[in-house]
Amino acid sequence: MFDTSLSWGDIVFLAQGAGMTLAVTAVSVIAGTILGIFCGVIRVQLGPYWSIPLTFVLDIFRSVPLLIQLVLANAFQSIAKLGWPPFTTSCVVLSLYTAAYCTEIVRGGIDAVPLTTRRAGRSLGLSWWQDMRFIVAPLATRVSLPSWIGLTLGVMKDSALVLWLGLIELLRASQILVTRLQEPLFILLICGAIYFLISFPIARLGGYLEKRWSPND
Amino acid sequence: MFKYSFQWNQALKALPQMLDGALVTMQIALLSMAIGLVVAIILTLFRLSGSRLLRGFAVAWVEIARNTPALFQIYMAHFGLGSFGIHLSPFTSLLAGIAFNNAGYLAENFRGALKAIPDTQARAGRSLGMTSLQAFRLIVVPQMLRIAFLPITNQMVWAILMTSLGVTVGMNTDLAGVTQALNARTFRTFEFFALAAVIYYLIAKVVTLAARLIASRLFRY
Repeated sequence: MFDTSLSWGDIVFLAQGAGMTLAVTAVSVIAGTILGIFCGVIRVQLGPYWSIPLTFVLDIFRSVPLLIQLVLANAFQSIAKLGWPPFTTSCVVLSLYTAAYCTEIVRGGIDAVPLTTRRAGRSLGLSWWQDMRFIVAPLATRVSLPSWIGLTLGVMKDSALVLWLGLIELLRASQILVTRLQEPLFILLICGAIYFLISFPIARLGGYLEKRWSPND
Repeated sequence: MFKYSFQWNQALKALPQMLDGALVTMQIALLSMAIGLVVAIILTLFRLSGSRLLRGFAVAWVEIARNTPALFQIYMAHFGLGSFGIHLSPFTSLLAGIAFNNAGYLAENFRGALKAIPDTQARAGRSLGMTSLQAFRLIVVPQMLRIAFLPITNQMVWAILMTSLGVTVGMNTDLAGVTQALNARTFRTFEFFALAAVIYYLIAKVVTLAARLIASRLFRY
């Protein structure tokens, strides 16, 4: 079991795959978070009734399997002759997917800020923007950060699905090696270990922050 | 706008086939959920037990399930187990992968729910003459399931969405698999997958609604 034909070059290949996973995740999470904060603030400002269309659209991204979304987006970009490479398509789909979840997190965070606190700020003469920036943002971040970390890790794991569009990320890279070397268990274990090593410390950090920052400590 | 003629008729003609696929999807999701619940309860029991080995086993299961992609877990069941001479069909490996994932997430939810149940309850049961297993089964588990009801329904929706991953290991009877097979025959990717997306959306909504109805009946008191 321990004699393997895995060469140094193959490990570099796996590392490149992991790099691709991280790149897709980073782009999607950054874009998705910005969009999510934007949508979340709009949702809160509009109130539950007027934001129904927005909620409905975002809900679609959470109720349709990511794999189907990726295939659909890829088919759409070829129909519309957009000429996007798989990387762009994957990032767009994953960003929207992230944004849909991030909106809920942001909304929850803003809702967790007591209205009286905000009103106090406004009566001291803060503008809406100042209230958002100096009162809501710090308090809401405290509530939302642990779930945002969870979301980031979720997107990192879900980014494995972009292999369906032909992007060589970590799981696809190990699949290629499995096909070539015929050592499925060993290579998949390495692949799983890499995922675990990326995910576990950050998950722990999230858990620590959640405990540390829980509202009534 | 598009130089492409959409052929929705073709997709609609395949609707009965896809609905059959949706049934298989539901079947896998429900089975994986049932297995996941049972295993999660056992894992919770392991976590509570005094044995270091059992606790370590449960913690390892939960952390691996939560920190690796679901697709990786399905690959592990499909390709990885082949090294031990176990060759699972796409159906079984998909089921095994999702059940493994469900069990991990549910066990973590149960741990949170367990914190809300006072120790004194199990102890009261013990002093009434129950064995510790009886007290766990008759007093702790029902309350735990009730507190964790919302996370369980969320996990159910997740399980339905995860079944679509089966197509990557060659599953061709569930909704995603049927759609992919039709797509391979006709190359009408957008139409077929759009229809599949609508079906998935409806299934997810129906499950959420049903869960809400059940919850309103269960938690009347």
